[in-house]
Amino acid sequence: MKNPSATLVVENGAVRVALAGAWTLEAGARLEDAARRLGEAPAGAAFDLSALDGLDTAGAWVISRAKAQMDAEGRPARLAGLRPEHATLLREAAYAPQAPDLPAPLGAAGLLADIGENVTRAGHSGLGALDFLGRSVACLARAALHPGRWRLTSTAFHLETMGLRGAPLIVMINFFVGVIIAQQGIAQLARFGASDLTVNLVAILTLRELGVMLTSIMVAGRTGSAITAELGAMNMREEIDALRVMALDPIEALVLPRLAALLLALPLLTFLGDIAALVGGMMTTWAFAGISPHAFWGELQYPASVTRFFAGMLKAPFMALAIGVIASMEGFAVRGSAESLGRRVTSSVVKSIFTVILLDGIFAMFYGAIRF
Amino acid sequence: MNPPPAIRVRGLDVAFGANQVMDSLDLDLRRGEVMGFVGPSGSGKSVLTRTILGLQPKQGGTIEIDGRDIDQMNLAERGRVERGWGVLFQQGALFSSLNVRQNVEAPMREHLDISPGLRSELAMLKLRLVGLPPDAGEKFPSELSGGMIKRAALARALALDPQVLFLDEPTSGLDPISAGDFDDLIATLQSTLDLTVFMVTHDLDSLYAICDRVAVLGRGRVIAVGTIPELLQSPEPWIQDYFHGKRGAGRQVPPPRRRRAI
Repeated sequence: MKNPSATLVVENGAVRVALAGAWTLEAGARLEDAARRLGEAPAGAAFDLSALDGLDTAGAWVISRAKAQMDAEGRPARLAGLRPEHATLLREAAYAPQAPDLPAPLGAAGLLADIGENVTRAGHSGLGALDFLGRSVACLARAALHPGRWRLTSTAFHLETMGLRGAPLIVMINFFVGVIIAQQGIAQLARFGASDLTVNLVAILTLRELGVMLTSIMVAGRTGSAITAELGAMNMREEIDALRVMALDPIEALVLPRLAALLLALPLLTFLGDIAALVGGMMTTWAFAGISPHAFWGELQYPASVTRFFAGMLKAPFMALAIGVIASMEGFAVRGSAESLGRRVTSSVVKSIFTVILLDGIFAMFYGAIRF
Repeated sequence: MNPPPAIRVRGLDVAFGANQVMDSLDLDLRRGEVMGFVGPSGSGKSVLTRTILGLQPKQGGTIEIDGRDIDQMNLAERGRVERGWGVLFQQGALFSSLNVRQNVEAPMREHLDISPGLRSELAMLKLRLVGLPPDAGEKFPSELSGGMIKRAALARALALDPQVLFLDEPTSGLDPISAGDFDDLIATLQSTLDLTVFMVTHDLDSLYAICDRVAVLGRGRVIAVGTIPELLQSPEPWIQDYFHGKRGAGRQVPPPRRRRAI
């Protein structure tokens, strides 16, 4: 295809701009250059289109734009040598001035408005979470009164995906964390000749804090995101609306089985995680500090360790409730687009992990206050 | 000598496992015509479209574009051919993270060397051509109605001024008035931009209103092709049921469509 060109020709005192080549999108920047030269023609010039090789909507647009600009500047041009198909194109793709893009409001006022908007949105989302929590608990209570309404199959299915299939990952992560804590404990405490205390360090840290927290964080990432994505996709396909018009409560049908499965799965996974971390710590202290497994388990059997174990396990159901409620709420908030789904899944994971750590802090203060 | 057809398919075989969907299918799409594809559900209309577009591998046969075998082309030639195609997917397939104007600009941004100003102007021109108001350009696909999504998707299909336009059920999900408007729009654009149109449809009104020829798919091949009056003479039972059934009866065959509205 020949490049678009515009050549000024003066014949018998009349000015003519001869257009040649293909005035099409393919020409890209050369099309724009040719159009600029066209716009520089003197007043009264005739745009002669008879020698064009090709014209598309883009070519028609730039030609009619050049003509419109010349007309506006008081040096009118006219079109000549139009073929019927070119005339159609020039009519359909005629230049029309467009409103320029509005710049987004910037500056201090915009910033303040942005902050205010985000704060109110965060407040509403907090209220929404409380509302959802209340409705879920009420639903849980109703279901407890009518055991026949429990969706056992669904609960068992979710228990399998959340608990059983998640177990290897949780065990592995906690095992490694147990190894790391023990290794660091030995390295630091050996300087005071107190490497025996590593056992206590591992036991207190994992049983009381890290076991449940790491497990909850993993579950928030693995299961919370899955819940949000499932419910969100169902929401996008109007499946949740379909449940509503069948007079079914989506919370009872969808959220309750997941919440129940999470409430069962998270303590179980925490227990597995605790054991894995202790085994990791035990193997490390055995290998690097010469503490035999027998001595390790003996140390753990002090009553204080049992209290620590329950201090950790007690948090698990609360973590499960937080993760389940946040994930379900975000799933129900998905609107229309795939982008919204992605945003909600991210937000679900971020909020769950944040809440898990916050809850752990609140429990630490609470246990401190009651000297547990 | 006649120019080669825009699309020529010979002996096309497509199978999903043991399920033979296309069984040595032959097809000619002439340049500048609007061809409708009908057939019972599962007859492979979508598979045929996807195979020609290269989205679905074929087991045998040839597809020629303007007389050149698509399998013999190198990547650059193939790219050039594909840039000459506009596709309107059934659900629109607009990119949900971009607004409508950016959706129309997306193919131009990738393939053309033009200034952002002209690109934006051309995108707005395309929106005007498909009958969308200017403020639709700043909306996101999730904010549009079904009919507007179809129009926006058509504007994006037209972004690079294609020679061949593939339409997959363009009027499905539209109310009859919007569907009629959409048919008119396609007819106008077809004559303005001199498009070759490949249209899969279930909509009898569309077939009567804008198709020059109709191909009926069944048993993995084209069982009949021709103008609607020709098809009405066909002894094939499915075609008889389709055009003379409850929904097809009582229609008037329209006068031949005027080819170029001038």
